[in-house]
Amino acid sequence: MKNSLSQSPADWTQSLRRKLRLGEGMVEASLFGVGFLTIFITLAITIVLGDQALLFFAEPEVTLKEFFLTNTWQPQIGDFGIWALVSATLTTSAIAISVALPLGLSAAIYLSEYASPRARSLLKPILETLAGIPTVVYGYFALLFVSPIVRNLFGAEKVGVYNMLSAGLVMGIMILPLIASMSEDALSAVPNALREAAYAMGATKLEVSAQVLVPAAFSGIGAAVIVGISRAVGETMIVAIASGAGPKFSFSPLDAAETMTGHIARISGGDLPYGTIDYTSLFAIALMLFLVTLVLNLISQWIVAKFREQYE
Amino acid sequence: MAKLTYPEKNELERFVAARYRAGWIWQFIFLSALIFAILSLSALILNVIDGAFGYVAYEFKKDPTTISEKPLDELDKEELIAVLQTNLSRGAYNKLENEKPMDSRNEGELYNLVIERIIQIKTRQTYPLFQSLFEKEAIEAEVKELYPEARLEFRSWLTPTFLATPQSSRAEFAGVRTALLGSIWLVTIAIGFALPVGVGAAVYLQEYSNKKNIFNRIIQTNINNLAGVPSIVYGMLGLAIFVRAFEAFTSGAMFGITDTNGRTILSAGLTMGVLVLPLVIINAQEAIKAVPDSIRQAAFGVGATRWQTVWSHVLPNALPGILTGSILAMSRAIGETAPLIVVGASTFITMDPQSPFTKFTALPIQIYQWTSRAQGEFQAIAAAGILVLLGLLITLNATAIILRNRFQRRY
Repeated sequence: MKNSLSQSPADWTQSLRRKLRLGEGMVEASLFGVGFLTIFITLAITIVLGDQALLFFAEPEVTLKEFFLTNTWQPQIGDFGIWALVSATLTTSAIAISVALPLGLSAAIYLSEYASPRARSLLKPILETLAGIPTVVYGYFALLFVSPIVRNLFGAEKVGVYNMLSAGLVMGIMILPLIASMSEDALSAVPNALREAAYAMGATKLEVSAQVLVPAAFSGIGAAVIVGISRAVGETMIVAIASGAGPKFSFSPLDAAETMTGHIARISGGDLPYGTIDYTSLFAIALMLFLVTLVLNLISQWIVAKFREQYE
Repeated sequence: MAKLTYPEKNELERFVAARYRAGWIWQFIFLSALIFAILSLSALILNVIDGAFGYVAYEFKKDPTTISEKPLDELDKEELIAVLQTNLSRGAYNKLENEKPMDSRNEGELYNLVIERIIQIKTRQTYPLFQSLFEKEAIEAEVKELYPEARLEFRSWLTPTFLATPQSSRAEFAGVRTALLGSIWLVTIAIGFALPVGVGAAVYLQEYSNKKNIFNRIIQTNINNLAGVPSIVYGMLGLAIFVRAFEAFTSGAMFGITDTNGRTILSAGLTMGVLVLPLVIINAQEAIKAVPDSIRQAAFGVGATRWQTVWSHVLPNALPGILTGSILAMSRAIGETAPLIVVGASTFITMDPQSPFTKFTALPIQIYQWTSRAQGEFQAIAAAGILVLLGLLITLNATAIILRNRFQRRY
């Protein structure tokens, strides 16, 4: 202390500035460490899935050609055609999106253009509640409420208890709030000048919404749909409960078939011995799921960023 | 104002009227999407309530009135033990005593034993709530015809006993105690991992790193992507890393516990922690972003270092937002099922989890298992389990809302 005071004021501030703060450095380093951990998680997912999937493809009875080009999945007899599972994933996701897109978009238009602030504050929590319900509860709903209705409509002899239609419909209800809130964000990001210009030309509210705002927010809505698809592809519990157990190559909504996620859930449910072909095959499926959803998410993020740029 | 007349007037008016009519129709269509959402939500909740209560037709081997004069549920502990002693064979009684001494069992357990071992209830048919309320006669007639021996009783499957008793292979005696405790353990571990790590990462991204930095942008994109990875993929990650690679740690072998493999509460909790991490980070970032810059500048102005500024000024101001975000992350973790299945939740566990190194089950896992059974009584307890789960979620979310309203500051 004495020493530093005896120096001239200029030196004094100099030495203060140069003071090495070990604690600060350590804090920053550890914060950087946890920030980096998130990248490590992605790497770990890729490596773990890739590693086990490679083991799977290294098995003599599996070939890439068989995996991607055939459509029976029966591990007991060595048939590994991923299309048996992909077909169900595609069917349920398509049903879900065709429910969630029109309804979600309508809800978004109503909330952002028509609803009074009071109505909004009453209606938004309902969508948020729908979004917060655990998927296993949706599964229960699909199996015990929607499936009986579907069977009544199409005839119990044609439709089984487990069918892709009821799983897909309920998945649509689950995704609806997601699409609604993302589309609403996109719609409210459209500058007011566009709305006002259209109203000044004498357009009705519908014309403003449908012919000006929706086209202007198109890319944002597109991003919402892509995220919705990615959510539907990755959704597990609804399909595991209501869509059926057992892979089947079928695009008919009334059939029971197992999706990629449903298959992973069912097979890994027991104490699966490590290193068997059943075990590694699950990682191959999971890797595909991961890559598909990753690409979808990246595209949607890219669209949203582009879109934001456009109006800022 | 003078009336305008021109040749196309009528046509124009009709055209405008038609456009407005279309507008009205479409407004109703848009609104009906929201009505659909409300209807689905109500249908879902009513469906669960419908399943959780209602008439049950059951038979039993021994009439309860022959066992004791008082109704069974009014007996106290000593009387229940006495009933067991007189009605069970000596061997059977001793076997039960050896499993767990009678004195250490609580009234609920003893009552269940009496029902299970002596009266031997057998559920024949269950009826949902609304049918029970509105078609009572039809149900009575049906039961009389199909099961002449059976009695009909209105039963709530969601009872205090349901919360307090462990899993059982018979739906009539099953409860969610172990599952509930398992879920609480899981969420505690998950948030214990995700909260410090998530807040640290958020602080780094918002306060330390340069926003234009390419590395920062990579981390940011990566976090958004992680938030969109399907939960079952996290389950596979947990299976390969926590259950297998770190088995020595997660099974507790490192600490001298040898009776389990890696499929423990700890593995599942860490998997859940990784799963909710992006959510915690994104929420914490939003909360930190909302702290006005003037606070940072004031701190820097009086000579605080960066960490002092963050620790004493930014974080306290962002705390309510961070807490709200973590509660939302907790409610996500409580409802997630798929990763637990993959990591290897056991379904039949009757012992309370004692440490992170035990096998576990969780509420959504039980619901999944019970829903998948075909018998009506299992679907009824699945509905009761769902009510418990939804109750937990409502409590958590209400806490989040209260926190937000109480501590929200406007700058």
